[in-house]
Amino acid sequence: MRSVYLWVPLALFAFFAGLAAYMLTQEKDQFVESTMIGQPLPEFALDPAYAGLPGAAKADFTGKPRLLNIWASWCLPCIAEAPQLEALQKQGVEIVGIAIRDRPEDVANFLAKYGNPYSRIGSDAISEVQLAIGSSGVPETFVIDGKGVIRYQHIGDIRESDVPKLLAELEKAR
Amino acid sequence: MIRFILAAIIALLALSVAAQDSMPPAPYAYNQLADPRLEAEASALMHTLRCLKCQSQSIADSDAPMAGDMRHQVRSRILAGESPDEIRRWLIARYGDYVSYEPEVSSTTWPLFVAPLLLLLVVGAVLLRRLGKRRSDAEGGDVA
Repeated sequence: MRSVYLWVPLALFAFFAGLAAYMLTQEKDQFVESTMIGQPLPEFALDPAYAGLPGAAKADFTGKPRLLNIWASWCLPCIAEAPQLEALQKQGVEIVGIAIRDRPEDVANFLAKYGNPYSRIGSDAISEVQLAIGSSGVPETFVIDGKGVIRYQHIGDIRESDVPKLLAELEKAR
Repeated sequence: MIRFILAAIIALLALSVAAQDSMPPAPYAYNQLADPRLEAEASALMHTLRCLKCQSQSIADSDAPMAGDMRHQVRSRILAGESPDEIRRWLIARYGDYVSYEPEVSSTTWPLFVAPLLLLLVVGAVLLRRLGKRRSDAEGGDVA
């Protein structure tokens, strides 16, 4: 019996070494998820990001679910998700944009080049609203219901395969 | 071919540079508070908050634009009279324990705090039994 106990430390060591080796092969989750899901949007009122559209405020999120898209003209994945945002908008989804650390002329250029799916774009020059809703990068897209409550967060650019999920979440938020 | 690959790699390196904004930093990103006492409070707090973009640095150590914006939040909130604890809680409410380098007891972290105590108890129990046994052995020896 005693000799069996003697193997316990070695078995433990092998277990932890194996666990460490296994975890090293697993892809690291780089995303920091917002813990604001289910919480109401914080109060905010942002100036227009460029002359073409009104700014964005918490008060705009009433009546029906909308998408809140955190993006920036200097953000490359935002170019990749532009066609998907446009497709969502064509399906009747209202998309409110918040441009992070951006300039009006850059915003206008980006929209002229890659399309404009937004109904409003607020300018968040110091990432204030971004931090207040628990977003940790661009692009990120939130589903906000008709009462201004954050219902879902999509981190990273929206791929074609993400569109049905977003539509479903918008439907769920109705 | 090698030249082409090198050129491609260099072009890719440039991409990450292009993916930065050209905006000036937020007012309190790189400027200290005028009151040294408040600045010391803010600085102590900033060293215990994790940069969300860079993940292995505190916001005090990072030059990422977002870390600058977080420093601005910390300093302007301290200036507005919020306590460091309130600001930490404000951030944890948004990003979870992840954002804080200061370990806190929560529903997910409590085993980290309880496990060492349990181990100490086990060690204590084993020692007591062993030492107690030795003593009774010794006493037994005396009798014999």
